[in-house]
Amino acid sequence: MSEAPLSWHTIAPATPEIYLTVALCAILLVEAFCGDRRRGLADSLTLIALIVGAVVTAIWAPVAVRTTLFHGLYVADSLGYALKLAGFGIVAFTLVYSRAYLDQRDILRGEYNVLCLTALLGIFVLISANNLITVYVGVELLALSVYALIAFDRESGIAAEAAMKYFVLSAIASGALVYGMSIIYGMTGSLDLDVIATTIGAGRASLGVILGLVFVVVAVAFKLGAVPFHMWLPDVYQGAPTSVTLFISTVPQLAYFSLAFRLLTHGLVGVTAEWSQMLVPLAVLTLIVGNFVAIAQSNLKRMLAYSTIANVGFILLGFITGTPHGYSAALYYTLVYILVVLGSFGVILLASHHGFEADTLDDYKGLYARDPFLAVILMALMFSTAGVPPFIGFWAKLRIIQELWATQHGILVVIAAAASVVGAFYYLRIVKLMYFDAPAAETPRPHRNSGARAALALNASAILGLGVVPGPLLDLCARIIH
Amino acid sequence: MHGPILSVLIWLPIAAGLLVLILGNARIGAGRWVALVASVLTLVLSVPLIAGFDTSTAALQFVERVPWIPRFNAFYALGVDGISLPLLALTAFMTVPVVIAGWSVIQARPAQYFAAFLIMEGLMIGVFASLDALLFYFFWEAMLIPMFLIIGIWGGPRRVYATIKFFLYTFLGSIFMLVALIYLYVKCGQYSIGTFQALPLTLVEQRWIFLAFLAAFAVKVPMWPVHTWLPDAHVEAPTGGSVILAAIMLKMGGYGFLRFSLPVTPDASRELDWLIIALSLIAVVYIGFVALVQQDMKKLIAYSSIAHMGFVTLGAFIAYDIVTNTGSLQGVAMGLDGAMVQMISHGLVSGALFLCVGVMYDRLHSREISAYGGVVNTMPRFAAFMVLFCLANAGLPGTSGFVGEFLVILASFKASFWYALLAGTTLVLGAAYTLWLVKRVIFGPIANAGVASLQELNGREFLVLALLAVSVLALGVWPAPLLDLMRPSIHHLVDQVVATKLPL
Repeated sequence: MSEAPLSWHTIAPATPEIYLTVALCAILLVEAFCGDRRRGLADSLTLIALIVGAVVTAIWAPVAVRTTLFHGLYVADSLGYALKLAGFGIVAFTLVYSRAYLDQRDILRGEYNVLCLTALLGIFVLISANNLITVYVGVELLALSVYALIAFDRESGIAAEAAMKYFVLSAIASGALVYGMSIIYGMTGSLDLDVIATTIGAGRASLGVILGLVFVVVAVAFKLGAVPFHMWLPDVYQGAPTSVTLFISTVPQLAYFSLAFRLLTHGLVGVTAEWSQMLVPLAVLTLIVGNFVAIAQSNLKRMLAYSTIANVGFILLGFITGTPHGYSAALYYTLVYILVVLGSFGVILLASHHGFEADTLDDYKGLYARDPFLAVILMALMFSTAGVPPFIGFWAKLRIIQELWATQHGILVVIAAAASVVGAFYYLRIVKLMYFDAPAAETPRPHRNSGARAALALNASAILGLGVVPGPLLDLCARIIH
Repeated sequence: MHGPILSVLIWLPIAAGLLVLILGNARIGAGRWVALVASVLTLVLSVPLIAGFDTSTAALQFVERVPWIPRFNAFYALGVDGISLPLLALTAFMTVPVVIAGWSVIQARPAQYFAAFLIMEGLMIGVFASLDALLFYFFWEAMLIPMFLIIGIWGGPRRVYATIKFFLYTFLGSIFMLVALIYLYVKCGQYSIGTFQALPLTLVEQRWIFLAFLAAFAVKVPMWPVHTWLPDAHVEAPTGGSVILAAIMLKMGGYGFLRFSLPVTPDASRELDWLIIALSLIAVVYIGFVALVQQDMKKLIAYSSIAHMGFVTLGAFIAYDIVTNTGSLQGVAMGLDGAMVQMISHGLVSGALFLCVGVMYDRLHSREISAYGGVVNTMPRFAAFMVLFCLANAGLPGTSGFVGEFLVILASFKASFWYALLAGTTLVLGAAYTLWLVKRVIFGPIANAGVASLQELNGREFLVLALLAVSVLALGVWPAPLLDLMRPSIHHLVDQVVATKLPL
C-alpha cells in the first residue's frame, strides 16, 4: 500500500490521540512535582486540557472523506470525529460532577485524572481502529485504565472486589476477542478491516469465519454487558466509587458502539445475516433480564446497572436491523443513553456526602423536600429513560422501533414495547420515592456545589431541549453513519 | 387570515405554569393570580376560535404547519374541526373552575399544584389540536407526567398505589398505539393523521392496528374490563385532579376512537364492532349496578363515569349495525352526534359533581356517603346545585345529560332493539344510584354534628358551580349550536366510517 510520506498533513486527522498523549504526560509530570502541595490542580488542568482538546480536534481532525492513516491501521471519518468530540465533552462533565465526591473521600489525586485520560485515549484508539491489532490495543488500554480506576479507592474492600471481578472476567472476554480475531485472520489472511471486508464479501462465508465471528460477538456482548455476559456489570457499578461508575457507564459506551460498528458492520459486513441472527437472542434476553431484575434492586447504582443492561438490549436491536438506518438509530440511542446516565450518576454524586454514599433507594426518600433541584432533574432523567415525551429518551426508543418495523421485525417490536412498560415501573419508583415519600430523618442535606449544579442543569436542559426539538441530533447521527 | 391561535392556546398555559413554578411557594399569592389569569385568558382566546369557526365545512381550520422533524417528515401541525373544537373548548373551560376550586384549599406545595394543572391544560389542548400523529402522541404521553404527580402528591391515603396503577395502565395502552402509529409511518412515510386516514390497508393490518389503538383508547375511556385504574385514581386524586381526569382525560379515549380507530381502520371496526358494543353494554349495565353499591361518593361518580363513557363508545360503534339494518347514514350520524354530545355533557356534569364532592370534602374531610345526611338543612344553595348535577347525571330532560343519552339510545334502536333495551337500563340505573345518593347525602334530617356545622358555599364556590350549572342547562335546553358546529365534520366522519379501505 503506497502512502504519502509522513508529514503534518497526513497525520493531522490523528491530532486528538497525539494531543491526548502529550497532555496526559504533562499532567502526570505536574502531579508528580506539585500534586501534594496543591490538591485539585491536576483536576483543573485536566478540565482545561479536555476543553483545549475539543478545540484542537475541531480545528485539525475533521476530514472531508473517509481517510486511512498509518498504513491502514487507523481510520479517520466523520463518525470518529464526532465521537471524539463527544468523548472530550463527556469526560469533562464526569470530572465536574466527581470533583466534590473525590475530594470528600480523599482520592482527588492526579493519578485519577491521568487514568481517565488514558482510558479516553484507549477509547479514541478504538473509535478510529481499522485493523484488528488497533482494535485490540484500544480495548486493552481502555480496560487496564478502568481496572485501576475501579480499585482507585484503596480503603474500599468492595471496590477491590469489583476491580478483581472485572479484571478476571474481562480477561476472558479479551481472550475470546483475540481468539476470534486470530481465526478471522487465519481465514482471510489479513488484519486490516478493509481487506477482511472485501475477502469475506467475495464468496460465501466459510464455517471458519463464522466460528471466529462467534467469538467476536461474545467479546462485543461482554463489553456492552449483554445477557448472558452481563454478570460483571452490576457488581462493578455497585462496587466502584460512584465517580468511577459514572465514568465507566458513559464514555466507554462510545467505544463499544464503534467496536461493534467497525467490527461487525464494516469488517464482517459479509456475514451480516449471521451476526444479526446471533444478536437476536442476546437482545431479547438482555431486554427481559435487564428490565425484570432491575425491579428487584434496592441499590440505586445496581438498579441503574440493570437499566444499562436493558438499554443495551435496545442498542443491539438497532444493530439487528442490519441497515445503516438501524445503525444510526443505535448510535442515537447510545448518545441519548450516555446523556441520561451522565445526569443520573451526576445526581447520585451530588446527593452524596462525606461518609454518606447516596446509593440505596431509601436515600432518595423525600429528596424533593430536601433538594428540589436534584429531584426535578432526576425525575426528568427517569421519565426520559422510561421513554416518556417530552424527554429525549422517547425519541431514542421511537427510532429503534421505527427501524425494526422498517425491516419487518414485528415480534421484536412487541418485545421491545413490552419491555419498556416493565422498565417504566422501576423508573417511576424513583420518582415516587423522591416526591411522594417523607424523607428519612437522618438523611443529610445534599450540599451546594454550584459548578456541578450548573453542569447538571445544562445536562438536563439538553435532555428536555433535544426532546422537544429532536431534529438536529437525529440528523447528525444519520449523517455520520452514511 | 388568523394568527397562531392554537399555538397560543397550547403554550400560553404551559408558559404560565412554568412561571408559577419559578415564582415558587414563597410567592404563591402572585402565582395563584398568574394561574387564574392564564386559565381565563386561555378560555377567552378560545372564543374567537369558536366564533371564527366555519360551520359549513368539514375541512380543518386554523391550521398551522411548520416542519418539526424533517427526517421523519413530521410536522408541528395544528388545526381543529367540528370534532376536536368542542373538546378543546371544554378543556379551556374546565381548567378555570379547577384553578378557582384549588385557590385556598391546596396548602401543600401550591405552586406545583397550579403549575401542574396549567401545563396539563396546554398538553390536553395539544392533543385535541394535533394533526400529526407524532405530535399527538407527544402531547398524549407527556400528559401522564403532571397527572402522575398530581395524584401522587396531593391525593388521598392510597395515592401512590393509585398513581402508579394509573401511569402503568395508560403507558401500557399507549405504547401499543405508538407501535401502530410507527407501523403506519413506515408504510406511508409521514405521520400526518389525514394521510393515515386515507391509507389503504389490508384487513389483517387493520385488525392488528385496530387492536393496538383499542389498547390505548380502551384504557383511557376506560372500558370494562380495563377500567379498574379509574376508581382508584379518582378516589385518591385531589378534587382538581378528579375534575380534569373525568372531564377531559377520559374524553381522549373517545376522541381517539373517532379520530383514529374509525377512520384509519374502518373495515376492522366493522368486523370487530361486536366487541366494542359488548364491552360498552357491559359498562353501561354492569358498572351501573356496581355504582349502586358504592359507599364512597367519588367512587360512585367514577363508576357512573365509566357507565356514561360506555354510551360514547356505543354511539360510535353501532354505526355498522345501523348501516347493515337500515342503510341509513342519518342514523349513523345520530349515533356519532350522541357520542360527542355525551362526551361534552359528561365533561361538564362529572366535573361539576367532583367539585361538589370537593366542597363537602373540604369541610368534613370525608367522602363516605354515611358521613353525611341532611346537608340541605345547612347548605341549601349547595344542595340545589348538587341535586341539579345529579339529575343531569341521571339524564333528566332539560339538562345536557339527556341529549347525549337520548341520541345514542335512539340511534341504537336502528341497530338492534336489544342494544337499545340494554342501553335504556341506564335511565333506570343511573336514576337509581344518583337519586339514592341525593337522598342519603342531601335530604333527610341532619345526620351528625359535622353536617350541622357545615358552612354554606362561599362566593368562589358559588361562582364555579353556577358557571357549570348554566352550561349544563344551556346545553340541555338548546344543543343546536353544538350540533351545528359538529355537523359537517360528523358527516365527513360518517363517510369515512362506512367506506372500505379494502381493494374490491
